[in-house]
Order: sequence, then C-alpha cells, then structure tokens
Amino acid sequence: MEMIYLAVVLAPLIASIIAGLFGRQIGRAGAHWVTIIGVAISLAASVYVFSMHVFGGLPTFDGTVYTWMASDLFEFNIGFLVDNLTAMMMVVVTAVSLMVHIYTIGYMKDDPGYQRFFSYISLFTFSMLMLVMANNLLQLFFGWEAVGLVSYLLIGFWYKRESAIFANLKAFIVNRVGDFGFLLGIAAILAYADTLHYATLFERLPELADMTVEYWPGVEWSVVTVIAILLFIGAMGKSAQVPLHVWLPDSMEGPTPISALIHAATMVTAGIFMVARFSPLFELSDAALSFILVIGAITALFMGLLGMVQNDIKRVIAYSTLSQLGYMTVALGASAYGPALFHLMTHAFFKALLFLAAGSVIIALHHEQDMRKMGGLARKLPITFITFLIGALALIGFPGTAGFFSKESIIYAVQASTLPGAEFAYWAVFAGVFVSAFYTFRMLFLVFFGESRMDKETAAHVQETPKVVTVPLMLLAVPSLIIGFVVIEPLLFGGFFDDSIRVLANHGAMAALEAQFTGAWAMFLHGWATPVVWLALAGVAGAAIMYLGAPKVLPPLFARVFAWPKRVLDDGFGFDGFNNAVIAGGTRLLGRGLWQIGDVRAIDGVVVNGAAVVVSYLARTWRKIQTGYLYHYAFVMILGLIGLMTWIVFLNP
Amino acid sequence: MSLYQILFYVFASVAVIAAARVVTVRHPVHAALYLVLTFFSTALIWVLMEAEFLGIVLLLVYVGAVMVLFLFVVMMLDVNIAPLREGFIRNLPVGVFVLLVMIIELALILGPASFGLELYPSPDPAPAGAGNTLAIGQVLYTRFVYPFEIAAFILLVAIVAAIALAHRRRPGVHYQNIDAQVRVRAEDRVRMAELDGDKTRRGDIEGQANKGKDES
Amino acid sequence: MISLSEFLIFGGLLFSISVAGIFLNRKNVLVLLMAIELMLLAVNVNFVAFSHFSGDIDGQAFVFFVLTVAAAEAAVGLAILVTLFRNRRTINVEDLTEMKG
Repeated sequence: MEMIYLAVVLAPLIASIIAGLFGRQIGRAGAHWVTIIGVAISLAASVYVFSMHVFGGLPTFDGTVYTWMASDLFEFNIGFLVDNLTAMMMVVVTAVSLMVHIYTIGYMKDDPGYQRFFSYISLFTFSMLMLVMANNLLQLFFGWEAVGLVSYLLIGFWYKRESAIFANLKAFIVNRVGDFGFLLGIAAILAYADTLHYATLFERLPELADMTVEYWPGVEWSVVTVIAILLFIGAMGKSAQVPLHVWLPDSMEGPTPISALIHAATMVTAGIFMVARFSPLFELSDAALSFILVIGAITALFMGLLGMVQNDIKRVIAYSTLSQLGYMTVALGASAYGPALFHLMTHAFFKALLFLAAGSVIIALHHEQDMRKMGGLARKLPITFITFLIGALALIGFPGTAGFFSKESIIYAVQASTLPGAEFAYWAVFAGVFVSAFYTFRMLFLVFFGESRMDKETAAHVQETPKVVTVPLMLLAVPSLIIGFVVIEPLLFGGFFDDSIRVLANHGAMAALEAQFTGAWAMFLHGWATPVVWLALAGVAGAAIMYLGAPKVLPPLFARVFAWPKRVLDDGFGFDGFNNAVIAGGTRLLGRGLWQIGDVRAIDGVVVNGAAVVVSYLARTWRKIQTGYLYHYAFVMILGLIGLMTWIVFLNP
Repeated sequence: MSLYQILFYVFASVAVIAAARVVTVRHPVHAALYLVLTFFSTALIWVLMEAEFLGIVLLLVYVGAVMVLFLFVVMMLDVNIAPLREGFIRNLPVGVFVLLVMIIELALILGPASFGLELYPSPDPAPAGAGNTLAIGQVLYTRFVYPFEIAAFILLVAIVAAIALAHRRRPGVHYQNIDAQVRVRAEDRVRMAELDGDKTRRGDIEGQANKGKDES
Repeated sequence: MISLSEFLIFGGLLFSISVAGIFLNRKNVLVLLMAIELMLLAVNVNFVAFSHFSGDIDGQAFVFFVLTVAAAEAAVGLAILVTLFRNRRTINVEDLTEMKG
C-alpha cells in the first residue's frame, strides 16, 4: 500500500516538474496532458485507497517513509497517516483538481502562461495531498506552507496586473499572521509533548490535560487551550475566518479555476481539516471550542451579508465561500466534526461547480466579471445555467441537494451544543441561511434572468462554452446533487470517522444529532417542514422580488433607504481600512521608528560608528608603540624572557 | 681533573670568549671569524658528548657553508662601519646588566642543584665502534622521515627565495625571454605587403565576396 | 666527570652573550644575524646535552632539523640583507622603519 500512497503524492509532483521545467519543450498540449495524467493517476489511486480503507477494511496506516532529520531529541519524518478522514480528503482533492485541470484547458486557452499554470495547479495538488496525508505536524506545516505558496503564485498569476500583485501579497501577509500562530502552536506541542507525531501526541494528551502555564504572573492558562487556540489561529488564516479573512475576496484576482480549486474547494478547507484532525486535542479545551464557535458564527453571518452587495460575480461566490467556511468552523466549535467535514466535502463539490460555472459565464462574455453587465444568459448558456442552478440550490440547502444535508446537520448540531456562545452561533447560522439564499439567487437572477445589460457586440458573440468547460461542470453537478443523500448516513452516523475523531461525552451535539436522525429520506421529507428551509426559500423569494420583480425600482430604493448599512457593507465592515490604517500604518510607523532610532542612531551611530571611533582612537594612540626599530621589538622580547625566568626562579617554588 | 674535564673547560672557555668577541669587535669580518671559532669549539664540545655526527655537520654546514656565506656578504657589501658602532658605549651598561641578570638567573635554574650529577649521572661511555651517525640515521629515516622531507623542502624553498631576492636584472644586458618566444604568432612577425600588381585581382575577389553577401 | 648542569650553563652563557650582543649592536643587521645564529647554537647545545644525558637520540635528530632551518634562515636573511643594501646603500637598523606606526 505504501507504494500507492507514494504514487498518489508523487504523480502530480512529477507532472508539475515536467510541465514547469520542460514546458517549452513539451508544448501546451504536452503540459496539459502530462499534468492531467498525473492527477488522474492520483485520483485513481486515491479512489482505490478510499475503497480499500472504507470498504476493504484496511486498518489505519501510520508509517514513516523517509526520515528527514534525526536529532538527539526529535525525529523529523515524512510519513503518511491514512485513515477514512484522509482517504475522503484525498478523493475530494484529487477529484476537484482533475475537474479543474480539464476545465483549465478551456479557460486558459489563450493565455501565454499556459504551461506555468498547469505546473502550479499540479504542484498545488501535491502540496495539498502532503498536507492531508501527513502523520506529523512538520509535514502538515510543510503542506500548509506549500499550498500557501502556490496560492500566492496563482493569485498573482497575471503578474502584470497591479491589483493581482497587491492581492497575492495581501494573501501571503495575512496568511503569515495565521501561520505565525500555527507555528507557535506546533512549537508549543513540541515543547510540552516532545513529539510532532500525531498518534504519539494523542497518546500523551492525558498528561497535558492538567498542565497549566503562567505567562503573566497570576494568570494561569491551560496548556491545551493555549495550543488549541494557537493552532486555530493558523486555521483562521488559511480558512479565512474573521478577522483574517480579508485576503480571500481579493484572491479572486487569480484565474477562475484557481478560485474554484484553491480558494473554495481545497486549500481554504485545510484549516477545517486540521482542526478535525486534532479533535482529541481541541476536545480537551472548552474555551478553545467556544472561541472557534464564536469566530465561525461571526464569519458565517457577516461575510454572507457582504455577499449581498457585491457586483463582481466571483466576489459574491468568494464571500459565500467565507460564509460557508464559517459554517464549517461553527460545526467544529460545536464538536460536530463529522458534519463539518461532511459540509467540507459537499461544499468542495458545489462551490467548485459554482466557480467553474461562473468561469464559464466569464469565458462566454470574454472575461467580463461585472454582474451589472450580464443578464438574460439562461437561454444562451443552457448547460452553464443548469449547472449553476444546481450549485446554487446546493449552496442554499434546498432539500435533497448535497448542501441541504450538510448544512442542516450543522445547524442542528449547533442548536444542540451547550458551550458558551452556542446560542449566538445558532442564531447567526440560522440567519445566515436567509442571507446566503438571498445573495446566491440575487447573483443567479442578475446573471441569467432579466434583460440583457451587455453591450451589443458582446451579446452577439455569446455562445455556450466548449466541452472541456461544460463536461467538468456536469461531472461536478452530479455529486453536488446527490452526494449528500448518498453519504450522510454512513459518513455521519456509520462510524466513518471513528478512527480519526474523538468527541468527549460532555459535548453532546453529535449524540443529539444522531438521536434525531432516522435516515436520509426521512430527513429530506422532514426538511420541508423545518424553518431553515423556509427561511432559505424566503431568501430566494426576496431576491426574486427585488431582482426579477422590479429590478429597476427596488434595488435603488433599498440602497437609498439603507444607505448607511450599505456603505458599511461596501467597505467590508472596514476591515481593509482598519488594516491599512492601523496595522499597515502602525507597522510602517514602527518600521520608521526602528529605522531612525534603532538603526540609524543606535546601531549605525553608537554600535558601528562608535566602535569605529573607539578603534581609531585606540589605534591612533597605540600606534606610537610601533616604532619600527628592530631593537625595540627585540628588547621587549628579551624583557619578557627575563621576566619569565625571574618568575621561574623566584616566584615558582 | 681528567683529560675529559680539561678538554671541556678549554673548549668552553674558547667558545665563550670567542662568542663575547663576536658581539664586541668593531669589524663585521672579525665578528664572523670569531663566530667561526665559536662554532668550531662548540662542535668539539659536541664531540665530547658523543655527538660526533652533529659536530661534523656543524663544522661542514655552518663553518663550511653558512659562515662562508656570511663572510662573502660582509666583504661584498661596502658597509660603512662607523655609524653602526654608534651608541655601543652608551648601550654597554644596559647590555652588561642584561647579561649579568641572565647569567645569574640561568645559573640558578641550571645549577648543580637541579641538574647535578646526583640527579643526572653521567652516562656510560659508548663502546668503541658504536656509531652515533648510524643511530641518528636510523631515527631520521624511520620516525622522522616526514619532518626530514619537510626540512628538505624548506631548504629548497630557501634556495628559491634567496635567488629570487638577490637576483636582479642588469640594465643593458640582453636576456632570452622564453615566454615571449613561445607566445609569438605569425601575424606579429609577418606583414602582408600589398603590391601594385595584385590590386586588380584583389578587387575582383572582394567584389565577388560582396556580391555573395548581397545575395544571401 | 662533567655534569649536565655544566653543559647547560655553557649553553646559557652563549645565549646570554648573544642577547647582550643584540643590545650592544642594535644598529648592525649583520651582527644581529650572527647573534641569532649564536642563540640557535646555544639552544642546540642544550639539545645535545639533554640527549646525551638521557640516552635518547631524538634530541640529536631535533638538532639536525634546527640546523636545517637555521641554514635556510641564514640564507634568506642574507639575501634580504643584500637586496636591502642594494636598494638603500645601508644596513643601519635605524633606517629601517617601514613598520613605524
């Protein structure tokens, strides 16, 4: 099996190297073939691994493939931990990646950086697989940084656009903040548990549980809480939780396939995956779980609100991604790791679908992303429209679709949670349902219905996108529709994650959920009677009234009436402004201060020049000793000799 | 007093007096000659200590080679001695003081109390026919073979260095410059002269060459 | 018989004289070089004496190396002296103050 695990990881890496380093030799077609084959091998092997672990009863694999470094205290290994959780992530990552690879052929058709792009996305696939398959924190961190790097490269893929460079820098810097926390968390684990290996760490958790540290005199913190919150700060950066979410909307500067693959389906879920992977640790700290719950709830509701006022089609989906990541985080906070991962999976499919469908629209309109210049496309782009609709329904949790099952599970789990903050979280996710339904269908109606607002020339050329674009859409539409119905029972209640996830008895959300569950079909039927679904439908109706009923009258009216809230939303709650003014400005101020005082005065002035002045003074004084007369030197030597002899004769017994 | 002791004291006194003369005589040539005497007496003392090989080497190498070199140099250089003797009298008290202090201290350190016969009895004389040369050769070519090679190398370097330092190029003398001879090329030596009769033909050739260029 | 101490004192005398010589002839590089040769000789006397009294031939091997180095030093030193004289027309130490700080 080890060979297969290796194949999963290495196939995309090799493909990436070939496409990246020999892109000119193998040409455009060569580049996409080699990377698609690489990822296809990876997908096939992942599916095989999945089936062996889930259906074949293969036990959890936890082994080292390579020892990178062995020191006296620690060993740094590269190893794989493959259980059901990993297998599921592997399939999701490789499947979405393959779809995106195929789709890219169409989307990037005319781009000069074609080979580079394929090399990057294959490299991303490799990094993400390293991340999910890691069996120790070091490798996890490697994957974590590697996906961050590729994300940086891809957001700035069109490196001649200033906004793209700004966005990728922003993504990188904001992620650095999160990664700093993450790294501190890893260091804390190494310090207190003496290991980076997951399994060993989990074994030692009982010892850690009662430990406390005192950073400030008088304030005692539980070690586990400190570690958990630090790790979660890393997750906040990668999974774009408030307040480290600011990079994700801007990351839409990258090509759309990237938005689908990295900034919706896979990389941004790394944080969710990581928290789930460390469930035994997080379970020990109610404080950390509460923190996660509240952060997730804030993200889920308020980022959704921002989606309502965006005009760029990709930014709407980006905010929706933020909001959905918030849902997953809330679920983690409520100890409902299963539903979080379930939503991660369904979201990967339907959000990738939405992005790719949006990309299809963008291609059809010759890279126009502003929704105010779309409209009435349903008839011209039938396949895109239908798949987009499926994705939208899944996103709002329409009964029967994939999103319905996962979102519903999360909301019930939060309801059942008894942690501090759960009440707020419940109302936030509950209200979020309306919000997400509203912005999703606002987007749908603006793009596909109503009268066309395109300029005539574009309108005349609009036609359905080529097969390399539509086929991945159709392939993604299928799981977006049915996967929830199919897998909810085995995934959440069939002990699928029993090997990977541990939940303490006093966190009863999952138990409550399980008690309520009577089968997928029953849930589907019951769905029609829950307030959640009606709320979603209300959101759809609201959007319909505003943007289908009276698109000329109502939206401007609302904008006038709610001018102040709208401005707040347009500013994204002022996070960017705050960051620019306080954080960036403060950093600049600090930098200037350190430069002027620390560098120019203290280091250059006192240390460097001061040392030079002292040396030159001493040299000027002492050079007078150097007369240049040979006999003076000889005289000194002989004096020394006589002194030495005197010492031996008279002072040394 | 045995003959051995008498010889030692005679040689030692001669060596010490000669050494004192080395540093006090006015002319460097005399100093060099006194130094030869010192070396000679010391070599004899070494022979008394059954170090006949080193004694001979000292004579051959030092007296025979190094001191001759000294004499050469001293005589070759037209040194004005008078300024070099300046301050001799002025420095004499200091020199004598240093001399006395050192002698007293060395005598205290090296006196019979610490290196007397009781502590270091005189070794038995070597049997007749025993070769000190053989003994030195045996350690020199076995234990000390690497230092021996290095010493040889040091001598080689010293030869090269001495020649390089003292060698000089006299103006007005022709030398063979081998570098330049090897480096020379035909173009430097042979000049293609253009004669009137060739001109027309050359023009034709150039014209054809230009024509070919235009076509390509 | 002659004790080790007497040989050592003989070496010490030679050494002291050469040191005093450096003081007295502080201007004459030639005599300085000779004094240095004398010092090396004094050291060699000690080596030979110790070697003789301890019955260990290694000391004499060492003298051999010291002689080698001393010969090399004399050769190079004299070559420098010749060059110096050729360039400066003097061997007065007072004039050699290139190293003055």
